[in-house]
Amino acid sequence: MLDQLLFVIFPYAAALLAIVVTTQRFIRDGFSYSSLSSQFLESNELFYGSVAWHIGILGAIAGHIIGLLFPSTVLWFNGVPVRLYILEGTGLMFGLLALVGLVSLIVRRATVARIRAVTSVMDIVVLLLLLIQVGLGVYTAVFYRWGSSWYAISAVPYLRSLITFQPDVQMIAPLPVVVKLHILNAWAILTVFGFSRLVHMLVAPVHYLWRPYQLVVWNWNRKRIRKTAPHRPSPIASEIVAQTAEHGQRTTEKPAFTR
Amino acid sequence: MDVRLQISMVFHLDKCIGCHTCSIACKNVWTDRKGAEYMWWNNVETKPGTGYPTAWEDQNKYMGGWEQKNGRPDLKIGGRVLRVLNVFHNPYMPRIDDYYEPWTYKYEDLFNAPEGADQPTARPVSMITGKHIDIKAGPNWDDDLGGSPVYAANDPNLESLTAQQREELFDIERLVFFYLPRICNHCLNAACVAACPSGAIYKRGEDGIVLINQEKCRGWRMCVTACPYKKTFYNWSTGKSEKCILCFPRLETGQAPACFHSCVGRIRYLGALLYDADQMLDALNVSNDKLVEAQREMILDPFDEKVQEGALRNGIDEKAIEAAQRSPVYRYVKEWNLALPLHTEFRTLPMLFYVPPLLPVMAKSEEGLYDSSGKELFAPIDKARLPMEYMAKLFAAGNVEMVRYALRKQYAIRLFKRMETVGDIDQATVRRALEQVGASEQEAEAIYRLTSLPTMDERYVIPPSHREEAMQMLNDDMWSEKGEAGFGFRDAPVRGA
Ligand code: HEM
Ligand code: SF4
Repeated sequence: MLDQLLFVIFPYAAALLAIVVTTQRFIRDGFSYSSLSSQFLESNELFYGSVAWHIGILGAIAGHIIGLLFPSTVLWFNGVPVRLYILEGTGLMFGLLALVGLVSLIVRRATVARIRAVTSVMDIVVLLLLLIQVGLGVYTAVFYRWGSSWYAISAVPYLRSLITFQPDVQMIAPLPVVVKLHILNAWAILTVFGFSRLVHMLVAPVHYLWRPYQLVVWNWNRKRIRKTAPHRPSPIASEIVAQTAEHGQRTTEKPAFTR
Repeated sequence: MDVRLQISMVFHLDKCIGCHTCSIACKNVWTDRKGAEYMWWNNVETKPGTGYPTAWEDQNKYMGGWEQKNGRPDLKIGGRVLRVLNVFHNPYMPRIDDYYEPWTYKYEDLFNAPEGADQPTARPVSMITGKHIDIKAGPNWDDDLGGSPVYAANDPNLESLTAQQREELFDIERLVFFYLPRICNHCLNAACVAACPSGAIYKRGEDGIVLINQEKCRGWRMCVTACPYKKTFYNWSTGKSEKCILCFPRLETGQAPACFHSCVGRIRYLGALLYDADQMLDALNVSNDKLVEAQREMILDPFDEKVQEGALRNGIDEKAIEAAQRSPVYRYVKEWNLALPLHTEFRTLPMLFYVPPLLPVMAKSEEGLYDSSGKELFAPIDKARLPMEYMAKLFAAGNVEMVRYALRKQYAIRLFKRMETVGDIDQATVRRALEQVGASEQEAEAIYRLTSLPTMDERYVIPPSHREEAMQMLNDDMWSEKGEAGFGFRDAPVRGA
């Protein structure tokens, strides 16, 4: 029963909350979607923290998603020991990178006065939740070997059962406590997601890769005006023509407007 | 021909008295807010000097603007992929200390300090952290420090001078400086627009004003780096970038922008220019010394019937064409060739033009007297105290001839007016001076009048905007915004969670 509550009801509630809150916030308060960058106030420490963190976490998340999408391929890939070691090593590397980066970000937030001035309570909550999450993940990677393989046959079926609305917690029941906490904490992060700065990942600027450099926005319907304008008789046309005739000599005379 | 309209500007530097009224007007209206304290959308700097932010012109440091790469302009900070990857940490982003840390004073200490042997003082506190700070820099920290070895000597433009010229500049008896007021140039080839990963920055079609959509800005802060003039600013509190909006709410109601309106020296002119957007790539695909001319080439004659036709076809209103014909900017930039863009070599096609100042140039004369006797025509200009190369570096991407022409013309007009009012110069000299710059007496008179005696209506020729059309487009109830925080922006701009 507790399993049902923690691993079925909790994730569904968290996901629902995340979806409703992020969309509602995007529509009503797009202004609040920002990376909330603090580089302007402190840049050097941020370099190590932010770059390491983002490469690490994006790599780790990508690993989880690949496993979720292609579990059998991952299992097949891991069939050859060397390949298994490479995959595990890569995963661990991303995890450690994320951990180091995150710790560095937390230290920076705690110690640099200017950064403290732009730290909200939610920032602290998020950083702590992420620290727990990454910490548990790296712990798992080190002490429960070959996670890339057992993930595919335990957590993946569980996640897929959630996604297909046929929740089934059996496959994760035998997992160690640490891994269960990792899963639970993920749902905790999902719960605060919409209320925190984490929404910045939803607006990652991928579109930039192909949009044209310059951007011009008309407030009115330019096309419509374009189509009809040439046929529109121009009330001042004659006036303009008259001025054009004058134009050639305009500089030889005092321009009217200076009088 | 793709005719577009651009609200453009001319600053006549000979008239700027460096009073900073413009900056204060802007600050009071727009940037007196949390996170924006350090921003000066309008600032006035002393040249030679390092400016605001420090050494902003040094693009090896800030990497702003464009570069010709394989015959095409591309952003100096690198290609698109690099920019997306750099969002996690932007290697060339200026820091708050490149501007200054905003501060206030603990005034209440003056009243609340316990009785003691010393006078109570109001110590400065940072407006970011609230802690005591030692002020190391502030807005206009180098104001008037023309000969300063700390500021003037580090002016990036000095690289255009020979060692001897540079030495002369710092000779105590011959110190020289002038003021350079700066706002956003509302460029045609805006680097901030091109660099924005979110596509939040855009040029308004109707009037060419460059704006940042605050709802779409995500704080990737690439614009701050890309703008070579450092006129986009990052609000450290809201996590959004901001910039000069050319007071568009004022323009839309027929008023000049606050900095223009308040300008004490009346140095500022504002008006419409029609230009051919199709020529943009060509205008950029030339060597540095041709840039000014190429940009002038893009500006179209509003009296030309073909141009008028093209304008109407593009939805530019007849009243706007009329305004373009009366534009003082058109006069200074295109007809008289007096106004030049600042640092065109950044290749953004800036639409704020400067009439280079004659005064510090002429200042090099015997015994502290300006020589305007006209014995040796143009001698004061060619023996300038502030070398022409320096001016050329600022206003013509190194093309000395462009600056020389603008200065000679101004000088010729001075001779002309002196002949008229004082009468100690003979007509032949004046005629020769005017001939050499290809100006008729009528033109000289017109320049004199628009320079010295213009009324407000002559300085600011604002084309009427048609908000009623725009409103209809939005399908909005016109009155729904009444009493709210502004058009299309109904909540207070507060930092997200
Ligand atoms: C999808 C692509 C992502 C992009 C483009 C991105 C971009 C950014 C940027 C620009 C910042 C601000 C850094 C600064 O202060 O200048 C930031 C901060 C942050 N990001 Fe991301 N991010 C992404 C994904 C993620 C993910 C997946 C997570 C976590 C699950 C994450 C967590 C954070 C956190 C916690 C911070 C705050 C760091 C601090 O303490 O200052 N980001 N991100
Ligand atoms: S208000 Fe006018 S005269 Fe005064 S500093 Fe500004 S631009 Fe110069």
